[in-house]
Amino acid sequence: MANPTTPEPTRRDFLYIATGAAATLGVGLAAWPFIDSLNPSTAVLAMASVEADLSAIQPGQQVIFKWRGHPLFVRRRTPKEIAAARAVSPSDLPDGLARNANLTESAPATDANRTIKPEWLVLVGVCTHLGCTPAVSTREAPQGSYGGWLCHCHGSDFDASGRIRKGPAPQNLAVPPYAFIGPTKIRIG
Amino acid sequence: MKTASLLLALGMALAAPAFAAEDLTQPLPPRDAKWSFEGLFGTYDRGALQRGFLVYKEVCAACHGLNLVAFHDLAAPGGPGFTVAEAKAIAAGYKIPAEPNDRGDIFDDKGNRLTRPGTLADHFPPPFANDEAARANNNGSLPSDLSLIVKARQGGPNYLYSLLTGFNLKVPHGFAVADGKYYNPYFPGRAIAMPPPLNQGSVSFNDGTSATVTNEAKAVVTFLTWASEPELEARHRIGLQVLAFLVLLAGLLFLSYRKVWHGKKEE
Amino acid sequence: MAGHSHYLPKTGFSRWLDQRLPVIRLVNDQFVTFPTPKNLNFWYTFGVILTVMLVLQIVTGIVLAMHYVPTADLAFGSVEQRIMREVNYGWLIRTLHASGASMLFVAVYIHMGRSLYYGSYKAPREILWILGVVLYLLLMATAFFGYTLQWGQMSYWAATVITSLFTAFDQIIPHFGTALSTWVRGDYAVGDATLNRFFSLHYLLPFVIVGVVGLHIWALHVPGNSNPLGIDVKGPQDTVPFHPWYTVKDAFYLTLFLIVFMGFVFYAPNFFSNPDNYIQADPLVTPSEIRPEWYLLPFYAMLRAIPNTLLGVLVLFGAMLTPLFVPWLDTSKVRSCRFRPVMKQLFWVFVATCILLGYVGAHTTDAAWHLGEVDIPLVWLARLGTLYYFAFFWALMPWIGKTEVTRPVPESIAQAVLKKGAVVAKGGEQ
Repeated sequence: MANPTTPEPTRRDFLYIATGAAATLGVGLAAWPFIDSLNPSTAVLAMASVEADLSAIQPGQQVIFKWRGHPLFVRRRTPKEIAAARAVSPSDLPDGLARNANLTESAPATDANRTIKPEWLVLVGVCTHLGCTPAVSTREAPQGSYGGWLCHCHGSDFDASGRIRKGPAPQNLAVPPYAFIGPTKIRIG
Repeated sequence: MKTASLLLALGMALAAPAFAAEDLTQPLPPRDAKWSFEGLFGTYDRGALQRGFLVYKEVCAACHGLNLVAFHDLAAPGGPGFTVAEAKAIAAGYKIPAEPNDRGDIFDDKGNRLTRPGTLADHFPPPFANDEAARANNNGSLPSDLSLIVKARQGGPNYLYSLLTGFNLKVPHGFAVADGKYYNPYFPGRAIAMPPPLNQGSVSFNDGTSATVTNEAKAVVTFLTWASEPELEARHRIGLQVLAFLVLLAGLLFLSYRKVWHGKKEE
Repeated sequence: MAGHSHYLPKTGFSRWLDQRLPVIRLVNDQFVTFPTPKNLNFWYTFGVILTVMLVLQIVTGIVLAMHYVPTADLAFGSVEQRIMREVNYGWLIRTLHASGASMLFVAVYIHMGRSLYYGSYKAPREILWILGVVLYLLLMATAFFGYTLQWGQMSYWAATVITSLFTAFDQIIPHFGTALSTWVRGDYAVGDATLNRFFSLHYLLPFVIVGVVGLHIWALHVPGNSNPLGIDVKGPQDTVPFHPWYTVKDAFYLTLFLIVFMGFVFYAPNFFSNPDNYIQADPLVTPSEIRPEWYLLPFYAMLRAIPNTLLGVLVLFGAMLTPLFVPWLDTSKVRSCRFRPVMKQLFWVFVATCILLGYVGAHTTDAAWHLGEVDIPLVWLARLGTLYYFAFFWALMPWIGKTEVTRPVPESIAQAVLKKGAVVAKGGEQ
């Protein structure tokens, strides 16, 4: 259909390439606000850091807080539980890394590396397999064979240090970034 | 042309009210105060925002809420420019209705609402528990929430500024102000239930600005404009970039357009 | 004019695809080589502008719906707090959507006005025009539902007034109108149920619009574009391929349109909105002055110009549906107003009337013009305007079309273009 009197402009023409490139760039840049609008909002980010008061937690008891929409386990461990957890060598574990956001990534999964104060175990309550919340094992209602947590979705079994011992979970339960801001008060995130 | 005579009639009609005597049933048009946030490059005056926050906190907050504004906004870009630590301290100074405690109570033994210190995630707490309590404390009038006040009033910042500085004027002859109301020519109906909120020295600014009514009004209107339009600075900045880009693109397209159509007659 | 295809698949894959699903052929024939009259002017670029605006409204709308909550308690806060303050770029997407609705109507009115002026609705393009009017009605409904969603005072009372229009039918069948109004609202007053169904419809209708736009473009591509001369294309010498001639021209004017649009978005985001809509809906307090969005104002003025509610509602619906009959109301043999001196004048009076009606619609019912000692109540201007609106379509169009002495129409587009240099004193239009 091209008219013989006006030959079709050459594709190498710089002007057309520049115009096309500018238009494409514009559409690309305009897409960013739409993509970014799906990220967590400022209200969500403002909740990213929470404080928790641990003073009411009894030895052997676990309390669940909420952090970034996930359950956050805070367990006050008994000396017996600590001793049992310390007796395990990281080299015998399916996941030998501490997975502690407060330490380097290569820190080994010793029980000491899983806590800041041995009595208080703070964990993100999300199974590292597919994201279910594991059930805590207590004296009254034991769960699994390692005295920690059992995930009912696919049977991942964690010990009293939150380390994976048996089942499909590839990693130990994550320790979130947190710090003690008082004897029994922590800030998470 | 017929349209021309219509336009003429329209122009005359629009010009006509200017010759009329002052109509006391109508409010005065707001005075034009100059604002740093106007125009293509407009940004907020940080000092005015921080002073305005102080005026809001010390004066307005007794009756007016700011329920859409969160404490973390005070430290957000384009805002009053408080540091995160300062915003936290400000938040902690407010009492927020507490969540149920371990016993499930939200009231103490004496029936008072339990509170906790505010955090960055909290919003400014309302001054009254509900609208009924607000009316009961204000002669039956409901003080507006100020989160959107600048966008919710014709005239925006100029209107608010005129209103805040429009008290204590001489009441025109023949205009009766009802009991419990105050004359203010910028308010619709010219009689407002709000007592004059700002006085010389209502607050003390720590940056050396003298606390005149004008300065207080200017500061608090800047703060409330930010509360209504926290995105204004980003909007102006991105707007310039977008317009510059589009003008460039239009230029390129125009050259391409001329080149494509060269020699091809169009009308 | 759609003619036979000039598409030649070049690669093995495109040949394979072409025998199974000829989409490349479709795009090539309809949007690349499509023969387009070479004399289309600036006013013909609004079809592409409208397509882009519709896509933009849908994209921004889908993202907004991800953050919006359609309940009476939370709707206002989900817009003014969550979207405007918390969501990343939420303020931008919301402003694009709200100002975009107004800019879309600016383009719609120009597009329709261009059609009227150049007689683009005349045979063989009647269906094309009717589909366009259907799109206009669908857009108005969509915009109305969308305006409700912000749940500000204007949203709430606009929804109340519009849904109350149905009660006028009580004058025909007692209680039927009220029952209909209650059914539309799902409540005795506008409330949660109303908001939720309006949200659903506001999300649904745009996709119906996309479908009708598809039909509209189909109906355009069967006879091909009309043109400012209003004469048929005689052969290849009268046309150019759509690409690159019109792609680049439309892109240029689209960019100019976007510059104006972005000016509003970034520097006057509240230009098209009403301050009262920044106050949350309050079913117990009506704002002192309520008015619809600007693009509905002419119809609002007509509604208020008629003292009887039922008659007013009928006039309103009549005014909205009248354009559907235009292809048969216009009896002229000549399409373009360029060659119709009387119709051209009547057209511009019609445009002025619509603006006047819009002006009246924006003022209170008791407003008046003061010309010296004389007061002209605006409601009388609205009545005159309403009269002209209907007379223009139902009386002047059929009558003038038969009696008007038209100016000579050129033989062909190519001839007119060549002669243009000789005919300089052609009048004040492009």
